[in-house]
Amino acid sequence: MLSEHLPILPIILPLIAAPVCLLIPGRNGGWLFATLVSAISLVVSFVLLNRVLAEGTLSYAMGGWPPPWGIEMRLDVANAFVLLAVTLISTAVLVYAQKSAGHEIDRDKQGLFYTAHLLCLTGLSGILITGDAFNLFVFLEISSLATYTLVSLGSDRRCLTAAFRYLVMGTIGATFILIGVGMLYMKTGTLNMLDLAEQIARYDSSRTINTGLAFIMVGVSIKLALFPLHLWLPPAYTFAPSAVSAFLAGTATKVAVYVMMRFIFTIFGADHVFHEMGMDLILMVLAIVAIFKCSFMAALQHNAKTLLAYSSVAQIGYIVLGISLVSMSGLMAGILHIFNHALMKGALFMAVGAVFYRVGSVEIKAFSGLGRQMPWTMAAFTVAGLSIIGVPLTVGFVSKWYLVSGALEQGNWIIAALVLLGSLLAIVYVGRILEAAYFRRPDDTQSGTAAVKEVPIGMLIPMWVLVLANVYFGIDTSLTVEAAQQAALSFAQDSNWQEATR
Amino acid sequence: MMSVVLDYYNYWIVVFLMMTGFYVVISANNLVKKVVGLNIFQTSVFIFYISMGKVAEGTAPILAEGVEAYSNPLPHVLILTAIVVGVATTAVGLSLIVRIKRAYGSVEEDEFQDQDDLI
Repeated sequence: MLSEHLPILPIILPLIAAPVCLLIPGRNGGWLFATLVSAISLVVSFVLLNRVLAEGTLSYAMGGWPPPWGIEMRLDVANAFVLLAVTLISTAVLVYAQKSAGHEIDRDKQGLFYTAHLLCLTGLSGILITGDAFNLFVFLEISSLATYTLVSLGSDRRCLTAAFRYLVMGTIGATFILIGVGMLYMKTGTLNMLDLAEQIARYDSSRTINTGLAFIMVGVSIKLALFPLHLWLPPAYTFAPSAVSAFLAGTATKVAVYVMMRFIFTIFGADHVFHEMGMDLILMVLAIVAIFKCSFMAALQHNAKTLLAYSSVAQIGYIVLGISLVSMSGLMAGILHIFNHALMKGALFMAVGAVFYRVGSVEIKAFSGLGRQMPWTMAAFTVAGLSIIGVPLTVGFVSKWYLVSGALEQGNWIIAALVLLGSLLAIVYVGRILEAAYFRRPDDTQSGTAAVKEVPIGMLIPMWVLVLANVYFGIDTSLTVEAAQQAALSFAQDSNWQEATR
Repeated sequence: MMSVVLDYYNYWIVVFLMMTGFYVVISANNLVKKVVGLNIFQTSVFIFYISMGKVAEGTAPILAEGVEAYSNPLPHVLILTAIVVGVATTAVGLSLIVRIKRAYGSVEEDEFQDQDDLI
């Protein structure tokens, strides 16, 4: 009986748990409850992924109303895979948050923090699971509103202006998506994604649908921080509490990338978007500019969190580049990188948060000598940093390998070379922090540095779980590559790609 | 020419409101005005949805004798949800402004940006 309702659980569980979390007295009660709920969601999404891999797409009619009239929850390999990444990061971050958020967020606001986190998780799971275009907008706003609140909990007052800027840009983005969905509804009279796809395929080149496509693409691009629309991201990630940065960097923008894939491949059809509308060229140029401009910006920063934030925008560039290759292997590399990037950025932001916990600053110069004083944290940072660069035996290598081979498959040497050049820039920005940590003496002029020691085990464990996942999935790629391949295949089948049937 | 304006007057209202709201969001220096602009921007979309549900000669979608044509209720229901989302966004935005006012003593963008170097 329960297994029949499994697809809805990742949404319902955190949604019901969120207000309950607020009522639980004491700081650790709320934490324990939220962590438990997130862990159950993780288990559920793991079961769901395995079931989807074995049995194919799951469809769940919300409230018993059959699609296309009712709201359909639809799980295929693509969203089950991203859901696993989201719940994994959420659980790891919540375990980490007991010490980190306990340190950075006021005692009386901690219940609110866990509530907002669970609401954000609800929204993200909802975006992933739903099969209804309007429902997607609603969940997008649930997660976004929770995100603005989370960002504004930071300890620096600049988090407020960062959150406000995020709110303005995020709302414009979501409203653009709403306009686009409205135009699709106007032409087709349906909101169910599969039904939309069928109806849209009937209209060859309708101006209404194409305008809708344009609105949706711009809206989603704001949400996923594609290059020229990324300006909200660096301040938001810099001034948010460390646990929030770790959570958002791994999940929020990645889910938005999934939304972009869903709209392109399932709803509009890849042929229409890429061949008739020429979106592939636009996306490819923006992705490459994102990789170089933002890696370069990252290399110039003096704040480690801003550095990682710019690096996130650059990494989103790699994912979008994968989409823009318009091939199975490119798409697969993009999906794989969604998962892999969540693992590495989560670990990196956690390590920087650990430094903030002990040193009280995330300026790069504050990292001086930390290689000795906080060996486990900096070792975690080093491994995750190598993963960002794309060194073999880490997940970063796996996704770049598939991305480069996807480019070479089309004989596109320039793209392949640019991806490798981008990795060189990653060496620069990761290297700057490592250089400070391992090759510089501790800054004696700073007060209290002598007392710097390793962070509590409660922060190290989730950090190292992600780091070990970075290495594990870098060596044993069977689960991730299989899931990403299946996911790409299901997207390709949705848009009747010839290549998929070949 | 005139008929294009008159036949599609609802869309002209939508476009006018949308651009007004968008312009206010971008140009306003005062954060409260930005939120007002955001609201106007969202309202234009509400009108867009509501007017698209209108069926010529149709009445309110309530079953009644002697009525054949009904307006489409679905966009109206959708927009109820979107209004709730808009209200929630406004609430979060305004509460952020309250905290910004407490932290910086001003809600004018240029004034508090001078106090800190933003990224």
